[in-house]
Amino acid sequence: MALTGLQIFKLLPKTNCKECGMPTCLAFAMALAQKKAKLEDCPHASEEAKAALAEAAAPPICQVKFGAAEAEVQVGQETVMFRHEEKFYNPTVMAVSVSDKLTGDDLKKRIEEINDLQFDRVGQRIQVKAIAVMNESGSAESFAAAAAAVKENSPLAMILYSDSVEALAAAAGPVAQAKPLLGVAQAETAEAAAKIAKDHNCPLIAQAESIEDLAELTEMIKAAGVEDIVLSLKRPALKGHLYNLSQIRAVALKKNFRPLGYPTISCVLEGGPAEQSAEALSMICKYSSIVVVETVQKWAILPLLTAIMNIFTDPQKPVQVEAKVYAIGEPDENSPLLFTTNFSLTYYTVESDVEASRVPSYILVVDTEGTSVLTAYSGDKLNEKVVAEAMKKNEVDKLVKHKKLIIPGYVAVMSGKLEEETGWEILVGPRECSVLPKFLQEVA
Amino acid sequence: MPVPTITDSYKSAVNKVTLGATQEAGGTRSKTIEIGGAANVVYGGAAEQAALRPVVAIDVLDSAPADWPEKLKEPYKEVLDKPGAWAKKCVEEYAADLICLKFDGIHPDKGDKDADHAVAVVKEVLEAVGVPLILWGSGNDEKDNQIMPKVSEAAKGENCLLGTVTEDNYKSLTAISLADGHHLITEAPLDINIGKQVNILASDMGFPLEKIVTYQTTGALGYGIEYIYSIQERQRLAALSGDKMMSQPAICDVGYEAWRAKEAKLADAPEWGDPADRGPMWEAATAVCLLQAGVDIIRMRHPKAVQIVKAFIDKIWK
Repeated sequence: MALTGLQIFKLLPKTNCKECGMPTCLAFAMALAQKKAKLEDCPHASEEAKAALAEAAAPPICQVKFGAAEAEVQVGQETVMFRHEEKFYNPTVMAVSVSDKLTGDDLKKRIEEINDLQFDRVGQRIQVKAIAVMNESGSAESFAAAAAAVKENSPLAMILYSDSVEALAAAAGPVAQAKPLLGVAQAETAEAAAKIAKDHNCPLIAQAESIEDLAELTEMIKAAGVEDIVLSLKRPALKGHLYNLSQIRAVALKKNFRPLGYPTISCVLEGGPAEQSAEALSMICKYSSIVVVETVQKWAILPLLTAIMNIFTDPQKPVQVEAKVYAIGEPDENSPLLFTTNFSLTYYTVESDVEASRVPSYILVVDTEGTSVLTAYSGDKLNEKVVAEAMKKNEVDKLVKHKKLIIPGYVAVMSGKLEEETGWEILVGPRECSVLPKFLQEVA
Repeated sequence: MPVPTITDSYKSAVNKVTLGATQEAGGTRSKTIEIGGAANVVYGGAAEQAALRPVVAIDVLDSAPADWPEKLKEPYKEVLDKPGAWAKKCVEEYAADLICLKFDGIHPDKGDKDADHAVAVVKEVLEAVGVPLILWGSGNDEKDNQIMPKVSEAAKGENCLLGTVTEDNYKSLTAISLADGHHLITEAPLDINIGKQVNILASDMGFPLEKIVTYQTTGALGYGIEYIYSIQERQRLAALSGDKMMSQPAICDVGYEAWRAKEAKLADAPEWGDPADRGPMWEAATAVCLLQAGVDIIRMRHPKAVQIVKAFIDKIWK
C-alpha cells in the first residue's frame, strides 16, 4: 500500500542536503509520495528506507504472465474493488478445458473448436485466450500427450491442470517453451510442484480448501522460489466461491495482505452451457482473473467475452471510434451520406441499423471527444462548424455528388445553420436509430 | 494462516419494500413480495448482510406486440393478445415472481388505446393471477398522465409498483400513486444525480421514500451495460453510507433492452451460434451481470432466460 509523504519523510536522512534537487527532505518525501521523484535521487537513503519503499511500491495484487510470444496473457495487478473508483486493468482471461481422455482426431477437433472461439465486436477482436488441459485420465502419459497436442495445434496460451505432481512433471517439460500456467500445487505437493515451476520458469496455481489454507500455501511456494502464483479454491459451491473471491480481493487491496495478493483462477466445468455461462459471468464480474469453462457453444461464450470487454473498459475514457468516413456495403456517388458522433456506442448503433437497411451508405463520423449526439450538442462539441469542418477534411464532396446530408433527428435544430454553412441540403433523420432502416429505404 | 477480517462498517442499508396486498391488507393478492435490505456490497461481509432474494418480473403487454422477434413471440404465441391468459402462463409455467404489465398499447404510435381498454386489462390480469403487479406506462408523458391514473385507480388497494415518474413528469403519477396506496418507480436516464433528484421531487410531494423503487434505465450486455453496472454499484454504496435519497431498491428492464441487441434478435448469424439459445442467453447474461452490481427486481421476457436467471439466483440465495 502506498506510503504517505510523512511516512516516507520519517525514513529519509532529514539533513536537507539538497543533493536530490529539492529544497528539503520533506519536499522530497512529498514528491516521492506523488511519484514525481525517485528514491535513487537521494544519495544518502538507507537500505532500510529503500526496502520499505520498494515493499510499499509493489502492487497489492501481483501481475502474472503466461503463454509465450503472441499467446502471452497477463492477469492480476488490480487496484480497486469497483470499476468506477478507477478501472479494472487486466481483462479476465477466458479459457476452455480439454480433457486428456481425448485422443487423436477427437482431441484435435476439440482444440480446433476452441481456437475458433473468436468474434469481431465493435471493431475489436474478442476471443478465448487459453486452453486448460485437464488431467482427467489419471495417466501422466495421456496428460503429456494432450499437452503436446495443444502446443502443436493451438496458438493459445496453455494451462496444465492436474492433482498429480508426476503428471505435471511429465507434461510440463516438453511444452515448457510455451510457458504454460502449471497446476495444481496443494499443501502436500507444494514443494515438488514448486520445483517443476521453478525449473521451467512457469507460473504455478496454488490450490486449497479455504482462503486461510491458501494463504499458508502461497507462502510455502514463495519460500520454494516461485513468485508467480495464481490462486484457486478447491471445488467450492458457487455462493461460497463468489464470497471468497471478494474476500481475497478485499484483503489484498485494503489490508495489503501479501499471501493473497495474487490473481485467481476459477473452473466452471459442470452443468449445461447456459448454466456454465451464467456462473462464469458472475466470476468475471466479481474478481476471477482466469475463468475456465467446458462449453464450446458460441452462444454461451460470446456473452462472456462481451461482458469482459464491457466491465474492463475504462470508465473515465469514453470508447471512441476513429473520426473518418465509413463505407457500409458498397456505396457509390449516389448513396446516402449520414453523420454521427465518434462515441463508439453511438456509432455502432447507427452502423448496425444502416447495415440492417441494406442500403449502401456512407457514415461520416465527427469527432465529439467520444460523446453521444445529445451530449455533444449540449456541450457545444457538435455544431454546424464542427460538422462542416469534418465534411471538408474528409472531402465528402468527392464521395457523393448529390450534396445531401442526413443528420441525427436529435439535432434537427441545427439544420438551418448547417445548410448555410455548407450549402448542402440537410435531411433530418429519425431520433431513434431503429427507424433508420425505414428512413434510408425511403430516401434511397 | 489467519487472514485479516474486512471491517467495512456500513452504517446503513437499502430499504426493504413489500409489494402486493393480500385480503387482510385490503387487496386480493395471494402473496406478497419483499425485496431490498442489502446491508453490504454484493458478496461482501457475512451472507446475512446480502439483499433479500432478487425477483423476476415477467413482462405482459396490454396489446399484442408488433415488433417482437419471432423467437421471443413463440412461447407466448397463443396468448399475445390475451393479457390475462398471458400473465397466468407466466406465473404458472414460468414461475414469475411478479407480473409487469406494460402499457405499450396506449402510446400514440403503438395503438393509441384509451383508458377503458387499459382499465379492462388491469382487471383481467388482477383476476387471472395472484402475484403482485407492476404497472408500467408507455413512456409518452401526455398519454401516461391521462391513462395511468385510471389504471392506478382500477388497482387501488393492491399495493402495486407503479411507474415511471421522471424529473420532467412526476406530479400526476406521484399523486395518484400516493392516493391509491401503491409503490412508485422513479426513473433517471443513466445519471445517478438525476436519480437522486427525482426521489427528492417525489419526496417533496409527500411520497414516502420507503415506498420508492429506482429505475436508473438499463443497457443491454454489449450496449452500454457498463454504465448502468457502475451506477447500481454506486447506488448501493450511497445507500450503505446512509444517503436516504439513494436507499431504494432497484429495478432494471432487461427483457426489452436485451432483445434489441442484434446478438439476441438476428436469426441469421451462424457465427454466433444457434439463435434458439442465443437470444435467451443474451437476456439471461444481461440479468446475471446486473445481479453482480446489485439489483432487486429484474424485468424479463423469454421463459428460457427466466429459467437460467432463477437457477442462478437459487444458487446464491438458498
